[in-house]
Amino acid sequence: MTDSPAVVLDQLRFGYKQGRDILDIPSLAVPRREKVFLFGPSGSGKTTLLGVIAGVLEAQSGTLRVMGEDLRALSGAKRDALRGARMGYIFQLFNLLPYLSVRDNITLPCRLHPARAARLNGSSPVAAAEALAAQLDIAELLDEPARDLSVGQQQRVAAARALIGNPELVIADEPTSALDADHRAQFLETLFGCCERAGATLLFVSHDRSLESRFDRALSLPELQRSAA
Amino acid sequence: MKALWSLAAQSLWSRRLTSGLTMLSIALSVTLLLGIESVRTGARDSFSNTISGVDLIGGARGGSLQLLLYTVFRLGSATNNISYETYQHWAEHPAVAWAVPYSLGDSHRGFRVVGTTEAFYKHFRYRRDRGIEFADGRAPSGIFETALGSEVARALGYTVGQKIAITHGLAGDLLQHDDKPFTVTGILARTATPVDRSLYVTLEGISAVHVDWESGAPPMPGEEIPAEQLEREGVKIEQITAFLLSAKRRVDALRLQREINTYTGEPLMAVIPGVALAEMWRTIGYGETALAVTAFFVLIAGLLGMIVALYTSLEERRREMAVLRAIGARPSSIVMLLVAESALLTVGGVAAGLALTYAALWVAQGPVEQAVGLTLTLGAPSQLAWIYVGCILAAGVVVALLPAWKAYRNTLADGLSARL
Repeated sequence: MTDSPAVVLDQLRFGYKQGRDILDIPSLAVPRREKVFLFGPSGSGKTTLLGVIAGVLEAQSGTLRVMGEDLRALSGAKRDALRGARMGYIFQLFNLLPYLSVRDNITLPCRLHPARAARLNGSSPVAAAEALAAQLDIAELLDEPARDLSVGQQQRVAAARALIGNPELVIADEPTSALDADHRAQFLETLFGCCERAGATLLFVSHDRSLESRFDRALSLPELQRSAA
Repeated sequence: MKALWSLAAQSLWSRRLTSGLTMLSIALSVTLLLGIESVRTGARDSFSNTISGVDLIGGARGGSLQLLLYTVFRLGSATNNISYETYQHWAEHPAVAWAVPYSLGDSHRGFRVVGTTEAFYKHFRYRRDRGIEFADGRAPSGIFETALGSEVARALGYTVGQKIAITHGLAGDLLQHDDKPFTVTGILARTATPVDRSLYVTLEGISAVHVDWESGAPPMPGEEIPAEQLEREGVKIEQITAFLLSAKRRVDALRLQREINTYTGEPLMAVIPGVALAEMWRTIGYGETALAVTAFFVLIAGLLGMIVALYTSLEERRREMAVLRAIGARPSSIVMLLVAESALLTVGGVAAGLALTYAALWVAQGPVEQAVGLTLTLGAPSQLAWIYVGCILAAGVVVALLPAWKAYRNTLADGLSARL
């Protein structure tokens, strides 16, 4: 199963309102371990596509397989479980529960989904969080409440949380747009390193095309859509 | 599940001021509800324990409530007296263990005067097994001697040895028997019952102050029979007002009551104090219902406060819900999180309320019993109190479903893209 592509879309249509499709994608395939850069102007449906792939939004028609699972055939609870156990998600901002410590934020997916904790190869969630924190250079922040962190620190904690338990797919929705250029490059390097170590596929959305060259492949969402073809 | 509970606890802790205030409002409603319940039970107990160990109260035929009022509570007055012979007939009845006569109708500065015998000091019981004791002095034995209830002594500032006049009738100081002053021989210990609000004289004493009166009017000047002569010659007791009876065997009480009610010598009636007190409590018990209703509305206000606190926090927590969704929380987990928060708030509030109630009862117990004779029990919560607690906990969870439903809707609408 691990050789099945991370994401396969075929004739996929999605709209929030009946008859007004935001997404209408004839075909898209993302192989395992690929680092994909997805770009497009604001409002082109980038975040919506991520929601559909993450299993939070339900496509109206077409085929969608994520890590071999037919997402459209799964119940809502099963999609939530799949996301909780095998995916990592990073938002542009406000990734953390402000009332938890950094350590508790990173281990939260393992507490919520035992299947996630089972992917830690025998180490405890706390040990895994500490290892990731060391890689992301936030080890000294582990006991801090998340609300006290700077934006750059928050994004690194978010990455650690997305990466704990070696997810097969990491989805990042403009995670660097709130960072300055130096931090952006540094964050990207760290994220790449961690994804490679975890063997994860990375689906990275941004409108900042200066980052594009660092990825294996760049996709323009408007060009993926049927109307563009 | 365990993760959700600890998440709920951490979330509440992060909003500890609002959480604390919400818990406090629930705690106060619980305290009020249980406090009122305790006062209610205490009031009913104190009320029904105003008189104990008496199987029957007898008097001239009339209303049973009236009989109870003037014998036990020293309120109102008897329409008729009964003859002393009749009293003696019942006092010496083979089924009767002891009898206490009451001769009522006179007063001293607004306090009732009760003519009675040694039997009163010996047999009268209140609050199950407490008897009459003397704080000072002794029971009256001579015709012109009196013992004071503690409230009388306190209010009028009387001490043993003082001489006082008894007023005929209950109205005021119009017709004073001041040709025959009474000497205070004793002051009763406080009982926190109507016993404290009376003066006690002998039956002979009551007869003596009326001996030379004609048709309820005082003797003309010069016609008074001197007190010394009465003491020397003695007085004849002709009438009493009511009597308390204790049967040798409790099972005889009902038979005795029937016998008294059908007595042919003169029209009599007897009431069982427990039954009559319970009837009376039902009549005057509306106050307790009003209290309970008030407490109930305070509780509703407390729970509403909790809904408002949870509901208003939802907008600012939409982001938090989206984060939880992103790491795989199901929409039903979001509902569970809010219900868990509400359950924790309610449990905390109820626990604090119980603690507060017991602390308040513990502090107030002594002073309240001293001041108003109300015994507040400090025992385990009554069955009704447990039912209240159970209902509050259930209500805490049920009302949380409203904000939880709102959060559920938000969650489905927002997905992973909550507005910031």
